[in-house]
Amino acid sequence: MPQHTLNYLDLLEAESIHIMREVAGQFERPCLMFSGGKDSITLVQLAMKAFKPGKIPFPLVHIDTGHNFPEALEYRDRMAQEMGAKLIVRKVEDTIKARGLKEAGGKFPSRNALQSYTLLDTIEEFGFDACIGGARRDEEKARAKERIFSVRDEFGSWDPKKQRPELWNLYNGMIAKGENVRVFPISNWVELDVWNYIKREGIELPSIYFTHEREVIIHNEYLVAMSEFVRVDEGDVIVKRNVRYRTVGDMTCTAAVSSTAATIDDIIKEIQLTNISERGETRIDDQVSEAAMEDRKKNGYF
Amino acid sequence: MDLLRFITAGSVDDGKSTLIGRLLYDTDSIKVDQLETILKQSKNKSEGEIDLALFTDGLRAEREQGITIDVAYKYFATEKRKFIIADAPGHIQYTRNMVTGASNSDLIIILVDARLGVIEQTRRHSIIASLLQIPHVVVTINKMDMVNFSEEVYNTIVADYSKMADMLKITDVTFIPISALNGDNIVNPSINTPWYKGETLLNLLETINISNDINYEESRFPVQFVIRPQSEDLHDYRGYAGKVLSGTYKKGDVVTILPDGIDSTIKAVEVHGIEVDEAFAPQSAVIRLTDDIDINRGDLIVKKSNILKVSQEIEATLCWMDNKPLVVGNKYLLQVQSKRVRCVIKEINYKLDVNTLEKQEQFDQVGLNDVVHVLIKTASPIAYDSYNTLRANGGAILIDETAHTTVAGCMLS
Repeated sequence: MPQHTLNYLDLLEAESIHIMREVAGQFERPCLMFSGGKDSITLVQLAMKAFKPGKIPFPLVHIDTGHNFPEALEYRDRMAQEMGAKLIVRKVEDTIKARGLKEAGGKFPSRNALQSYTLLDTIEEFGFDACIGGARRDEEKARAKERIFSVRDEFGSWDPKKQRPELWNLYNGMIAKGENVRVFPISNWVELDVWNYIKREGIELPSIYFTHEREVIIHNEYLVAMSEFVRVDEGDVIVKRNVRYRTVGDMTCTAAVSSTAATIDDIIKEIQLTNISERGETRIDDQVSEAAMEDRKKNGYF
Repeated sequence: MDLLRFITAGSVDDGKSTLIGRLLYDTDSIKVDQLETILKQSKNKSEGEIDLALFTDGLRAEREQGITIDVAYKYFATEKRKFIIADAPGHIQYTRNMVTGASNSDLIIILVDARLGVIEQTRRHSIIASLLQIPHVVVTINKMDMVNFSEEVYNTIVADYSKMADMLKITDVTFIPISALNGDNIVNPSINTPWYKGETLLNLLETINISNDINYEESRFPVQFVIRPQSEDLHDYRGYAGKVLSGTYKKGDVVTILPDGIDSTIKAVEVHGIEVDEAFAPQSAVIRLTDDIDINRGDLIVKKSNILKVSQEIEATLCWMDNKPLVVGNKYLLQVQSKRVRCVIKEINYKLDVNTLEKQEQFDQVGLNDVVHVLIKTASPIAYDSYNTLRANGGAILIDETAHTTVAGCMLS
């Protein structure tokens, strides 16, 4: 009898591909949220494999906050073109103007909350009934309780008390008009799984994931990239450091980590040894309160 | 390295969250910043010592009330295996959450308080483990420190539980005396239980054989999506994308498409765009057939030699998961894998008391968390397996037609 063994990456991949195909089978207008970050890059790889030799049967969507790293944007455009995928970009800047929204302000002005407005507008504009996202349950405590198929009302709100039970590998994507489903195919992956998968699949990444010299402000032990979006105050300590990004979000709310990791193997080694979590080390916006993520999700955030 | 999914059953009082916290903590799966947050919260609650239970409660209401409401998933890994924990609440009002967490688990850890022994809750958790056919059961007898690590207490609980397990036809049971609070027999063998010759909990989780849990004899492949690139070079390509639930598929296999019962032969099996000799459970794959037949999402490709049920009348055990009660004669949607059909609940045969396994034929209504045995009539034939023979293709959900909520988990029989 032949050996029927699959390692954990094969098992996780098989599960994620099954979810991708459920999305294609259950929804009329799905889309995949693609930011150029490692998690959404993994999603794109899984989607490509799920529908081979056909093309990915849905467009890629990016909500551009205007605070993105130029390296991530360049990568985003190039990848979409190479794959021949349809890429839709909608800008938070435009929503701010059209709707007269107020910016957060402060030293590191975050557009995280405003992003939800542009996302909801985009969902309405294209009539998306499902948005595939790269959130993982290991990232944060509120995420640990979210379903793989997460139903949102027309305000994009997540109601933890009204979540549908999710049994076996059966996903219920039925919704009423106006509602949409956020789908998280890599829910069961942890940070290291993503890196090991990227290594195994030989996936190319934006350069900011690897070590590079950068001018940063040292703020409460966080290293924040110097950019036109941050406010420099008197007495700020601005230094040049060898850094890399462990996670890629906005320039204003994602911190860099001191690192000399130049290859995927270096990065994997670094993550295996670190004693700080991904969000704890890099997401300035989660430090506001213990329930920061839970609150944002209730307001339509991914 | 493979992957083990397990569920922990018990309540805060049994030390369930402490046990999970202990497993995460002792395998270095908790990072410094997460630990600091917990320490801060532990102080807020003025309990002095670090409260390992705080690792698992994700929602604000849970932290405030000190209870687990929903299933939370936790992840950790050792050098031997990766683990996914479904952390589900144990109280009777959360039976649906436990059923949900149990549905995907290879193994269940049932916590027994050494001071209380086998109680109603233990029985309920075991009944659910048996209903959901979780392949492996581990009974951890916790708080051994509070009974002076008494071998006698341990033996009595083992004997009591074994009797019940026989009744419930639970076959694979392992017992471990532990103290989640102090870490006895969790990761390291305890010096307090010299009479215990078995493995530590982590060692058992790392080594228990789960490869035999997959059925490689009966082949089931539900079609999720039809791939038709319709490009110049792949003009006639037609591939059926799905997940191999059980068994194997290879080129030349004679297959039957259900529920229609049409036969065909496999032309090629592909995994991620590459032709392979054989696809096996639980791989996601694409099957191509020699004949040009009309196959859609929801159809099931099985090997011709395999026999399963195709029927419009299905008996099933339901766990009701909605606040609105189940009403006989109401129409719902039944989803079995990728197939969704309208159905009606024809009759309720009995309600199962999940505390005693007693079948009640007289009852007022079927509400949230109730387990009932029913007869379902579907609008068109369904190809399915009995949950007890083939877990992978015997589970289904009921969906409310207008509210679209998932109202029940079904074990088809």
